[in-house]
Amino acid sequence: MSLNSYRTGPDEKGHFGKFGGRYVSETLMPLVHQVEKAYREAMQDPEYLRELDELNRVYIGRPNPLYYAERLTEHLGGAKVYLKREDLNHTGAHKINHAIGQVLLAKRMGKTRVIAETGAGQHGVATATVAARFGLECTVFMGAVDIERQKPNVFRMKLLGAEVKPVTSGSATLKDAMNDALRDWVTNVHDTFYIIGTVAGPHPYPMLVRDFQSIIGRETKEQIMHLEGRLPDSLVACVGGGSNAMGLFHPFLDDTDVKMYAVEASGHGLDTDKHAASIAGGKPGVLHGNRTYLLQNEDGQITEAHSISAGLDYPGIGPEHVWLHEAGRVNYVSATDDEALEAFQLLCRCEGIIPALESSHALAQVIRMAPSLPKDHIIVMNLSGRGDKDIFTVADALGAEI
Amino acid sequence: MSRLSSCFERVAAENRAAFVTFVTAGDPTHEASREIVLGLPAAGADIIELGMPFTDPSADGPAIDKAAQRALKAGAGMHRTLDIVRDFRKQNDHTPIVLMGYFNPLYAYGVDRFCTDAAAVGVDGLIIVDLPPEEDEELRLPANAAGIDVIRLATPTSDDHRLPTILDGASGFVYYVAVAGVTGGKSATTEDIKAAVTRIKSHTDLPVAVGFGIRTPEQAEAIGRVADGAVVGSAIVSMIENGLDETHMPKDGMVKDVLDFTKKLADGVRAGTKG
Repeated sequence: MSLNSYRTGPDEKGHFGKFGGRYVSETLMPLVHQVEKAYREAMQDPEYLRELDELNRVYIGRPNPLYYAERLTEHLGGAKVYLKREDLNHTGAHKINHAIGQVLLAKRMGKTRVIAETGAGQHGVATATVAARFGLECTVFMGAVDIERQKPNVFRMKLLGAEVKPVTSGSATLKDAMNDALRDWVTNVHDTFYIIGTVAGPHPYPMLVRDFQSIIGRETKEQIMHLEGRLPDSLVACVGGGSNAMGLFHPFLDDTDVKMYAVEASGHGLDTDKHAASIAGGKPGVLHGNRTYLLQNEDGQITEAHSISAGLDYPGIGPEHVWLHEAGRVNYVSATDDEALEAFQLLCRCEGIIPALESSHALAQVIRMAPSLPKDHIIVMNLSGRGDKDIFTVADALGAEI
Repeated sequence: MSRLSSCFERVAAENRAAFVTFVTAGDPTHEASREIVLGLPAAGADIIELGMPFTDPSADGPAIDKAAQRALKAGAGMHRTLDIVRDFRKQNDHTPIVLMGYFNPLYAYGVDRFCTDAAAVGVDGLIIVDLPPEEDEELRLPANAAGIDVIRLATPTSDDHRLPTILDGASGFVYYVAVAGVTGGKSATTEDIKAAVTRIKSHTDLPVAVGFGIRTPEQAEAIGRVADGAVVGSAIVSMIENGLDETHMPKDGMVKDVLDFTKKLADGVRAGTKG
């Protein structure tokens, strides 16, 4: 990669430095090569790009607002806080951005069926939505534990015509759902497209999901120039696999005055074994098609992640994030379950916005940093999803009866 | 000559295929697993594939996934897998042992250190299912330097364009994965397998062993007629599972039942002499 840009990765084999790559079984290798070829061709095809643009506008409802959080700003008493309103997208989160892009690819490749893994259910809902929109068969793999804590999203997927397959292996959460999705894909290579829900997996997925999500950062850049006449000082986003963070950050990576904070979920705390912070608490390894940082034991066995937020409950992180961490371009910090819960409630009361528990981790970092920053410091936080899906979890954590 | 080459040469002289068995190291317990592995040659195994348990075996079906979880729960790990090989070599210096698994545990062990230790205890080959040719150099070079073959996989999706990539750098033998899917799933027809083996052999002089979907002595016999090796994994692993009580501890006679079943499969392969 060229030293004067942070935006040239991955290399042609899908590596970001020593991370990324294509670590899948041989049966899948021709498939991932085909996906890459189809993707590169699509990006050169004006008709594909026109359709993507049209769907972004009239189906997702983009561009969504960059919203000045006036009362939150006053409450924190320091930096000026803007929220990028991905929660206002159709289906209520940023996941629809890459689902639309990928379903168009699936259609282009002549596939009749799509599969996906899901944690919080947002990516599953997004996939079920685009499958319904394009008349494709859809199966979503979801950990049995997540099915229990994300019931509203499970029902939404079913309403949308998707089959939701409970995954009981391992810890019955997102990583195990991804294992089962890979097992399904290798068994149904001829008719099935795997719509991966984050910037991870074998090349080209980390690149392709990032590119589809980069619309977040591109819009933000345009909107903040219009509102403030300059770029923001800081960007903040939560990171599990890291798709919403990569989407916001990528267009700004070479604007080196813009500081970036990616917030991992530290669950019960980094000093416990109940967290999901792969960068803070993991080490390099190979899982789910890529080399990245993973939560693992001495023997290289993957350990279970924990976060109150199902969407961040994953023992790995996208390879480009690891590269940006090692390059020192992005600051990886963390927020606990309790901090996220506090932040969740604050936004509800201050701004009349119920944030997703995932996004609440980003908000916890904003709450931490904004008070000590000057009033002309501009923070843009990615409000990656809405929190309606989380009200049962939050009620439970607060000891409230619904 | 390596143990793998001698083995394939010997079975070819007997006009038959090699019988390759797969079990997961440490399943259901270290002691029972050791007893099974040590008993395999007498039950007719020509080559032993020993699975290195991993928490996330995404290319395996339920039988081998459960075996890995059982083994890990019983304390299995990379060091204990090598211990089983070391014990095996004390009494058998000719049956090749191929370790099969996923890259992460090996990477965590340290690739160079692992190759040295594996060679020292008498490992002959490695099959790392999530390490395709594009990514396997970091393992293949030190493994080959230590005298260990890195066995490449060919699959129904490996067309004539893909095969040269797979075969460039291959050694030991080629493992043909007969169906697109996970272990323990569907079976391919003998005709399809014969065509695939013939096609692979037009690209390489290495022996071609076939696995995935072979469960019965009859299937083993049929595949043995058209390939240089027939691999049985999930069916043997399921026999281990059947021999466990509710607490996953082996019932009396489990090891004998597993080895008796293996013997029947071995007899199938030996009946499948080439025409």
